[in-house]
Amino acid sequence: MTVPFLEVSDFTVTYGNTVIMHDVSFTVNKEDVFIIMGGSGCGKSTLLTVLTGLKQPAKGTEMFVGRPFWGNGATKADRDALMRQAGILYQSGALWSSMTLAENVALPLEQYTFLTAAEIKDIVALKLDLVGLGGFQNYYPAEISGGMKKRAGLARALALDPQIVFFDEPSAGLDPISSKNLDDLILQIKENMHTTIVMVTHELPSIFAIGTNSIYLDAQSKTVIAQGSPNELLKNPPNETLKHFLTRGEK
Amino acid sequence: MPADIVLKKNQDQSLSLFLSGEWLSKNNIDNRAAVFDAVEKKDFDSIILDGSQITQWDSQLTAFLVHVMEICKQNNIRCVLNNFPTGIDSLLALAFAVPKHTEAAKTIQHKAFLTFLGNVVLQFLEKTKSVYAFARQTYASLVRFFLGRAVMRRADLFYEFQEAGPGAFPIVSLICFLVGLILAFVGSIQLKLFGAQIYVSSLVAIAVTRVMGAIMAGVIMAGRTGASYAATLGSMQVNEEVDALKTMGISPFDFLVTPRMLALSLMMPLLVVYADLMGILGGAFVGIFMLGLSPEDYFRMTMKALLMKNIIIGIIHGAIYGVIIALCGCFQGINCGRNASAVGSATTSAVVYSIVWMTIATAVLTFIFSVCGV
Repeated sequence: MTVPFLEVSDFTVTYGNTVIMHDVSFTVNKEDVFIIMGGSGCGKSTLLTVLTGLKQPAKGTEMFVGRPFWGNGATKADRDALMRQAGILYQSGALWSSMTLAENVALPLEQYTFLTAAEIKDIVALKLDLVGLGGFQNYYPAEISGGMKKRAGLARALALDPQIVFFDEPSAGLDPISSKNLDDLILQIKENMHTTIVMVTHELPSIFAIGTNSIYLDAQSKTVIAQGSPNELLKNPPNETLKHFLTRGEK
Repeated sequence: MPADIVLKKNQDQSLSLFLSGEWLSKNNIDNRAAVFDAVEKKDFDSIILDGSQITQWDSQLTAFLVHVMEICKQNNIRCVLNNFPTGIDSLLALAFAVPKHTEAAKTIQHKAFLTFLGNVVLQFLEKTKSVYAFARQTYASLVRFFLGRAVMRRADLFYEFQEAGPGAFPIVSLICFLVGLILAFVGSIQLKLFGAQIYVSSLVAIAVTRVMGAIMAGVIMAGRTGASYAATLGSMQVNEEVDALKTMGISPFDFLVTPRMLALSLMMPLLVVYADLMGILGGAFVGIFMLGLSPEDYFRMTMKALLMKNIIIGIIHGAIYGVIIALCGCFQGINCGRNASAVGSATTSAVVYSIVWMTIATAVLTFIFSVCGV
């Protein structure tokens, strides 16, 4: 039996006494492009912070490649070790502004590998080439455009050849062409590096273009109200809320 | 022609409102309140609004009509619009398309004094807990640093030392030179009365080395470096850069807080010595060029007044101020909210808390040194 790559069971997430979501369960399989979709304010990004260990769920468990990440006795050390197999692209790129692009990509390699400086330099150049930023090694984040920042963030997320990459609204703030180029890049990386992708987004073109599996988080009921391939869900929406979302509210 | 409304009561229990003139946001409508009062009296079954005499209009007109229509709706009065400019209908339809979210309406409640007091106490306890957690994590990070296990870049550490030390020289030079100058000026006014202006040098030397140099360096560094720490770390919170470090398993305390703590704590004593020197030079400027003292006499008297214990007391003050400023700046930055105004608040709080705690520390140290007889 294949072990699910990422398995979330009965997550309840709260801020103080306010329940953000409850009874959230889903499974991500290897090499899925798994989309977490939902309207603004439904808690998609909050769910991502829980999945990546930044916020503790009030209830529920998360298994990462068969090993406990939240619950089942998982410790912070377990989560730190597991997160080394993961990369994250934040909405803003979250590049460290005091470092050049090369230094941004090199930092995880310097921390978690025993590579020599020359080897690191080659890997950094490769990662930047992969995202189309070859030659921009010595630029600072403030000197490049928003789209380039996202690609540089992706290069950093890929630095340690992660098995899974989390994306927080990668298309936010990008024009349609840059957005499509980023989708194509994500697909290429997934196919060539056999990476599993978990993406938080509400951009419909991206959802239909690259999503292989998805969940829909409903802001009203604060839980998952649909699960499946986005294109299948579009053909047979299980409820009106999802139908409205996937058809941009068309009646 | 200004905007105007004429009210006319009809025989058939209806009220007619004739709107005319330029209904623009820049114009006030004089009898607007009177119209609303009349409508709210519920003396009518229906209200007929006529807009045939309106020459120009903008949101002023639409807002007025929406207000009238809402009152009519609440009081079950029929509202009829006649001869209004094209476009008004669709704007009104848009304004009423989505019903008001009355369930989401929020009223600001004024809390009772005891509730307010309780909240203040709870907030204080919460803050104390976060200060304790911050201090604990900073301590753990410093231990990791001295064991060689902290994750940080050497370049960042050197940069912080450069910024907290030599980078502050120009501003420290200017301010401390001027403070020395002011001390000498003020002192000379009294000392001149007794023909003892030569003692200006002793006054400046003792005041600057014992506490003034440290205080001035501390205030400058709180405004310059402490604020910069809070703003930098706060912006990193907003841009998710701190999250990126955490998810990569890198402690923000190792990477961001410890280099700043070390830099400011170690550079402050040196800055205090430099501030003392600049203060003495400021005093010398007044003594030599304004009071006519010879440089030899001035510096001879200064050397006589300079005591190692005073210099060391100043350095101790400086070291403690360095720790306070770095702690306040980093604490506010690391605990900053995730929006632009939070960065501003964090920066302000960093400076205010630094100065408050520096003052408290000065009082405590002065008391301790007095008790110890130094």
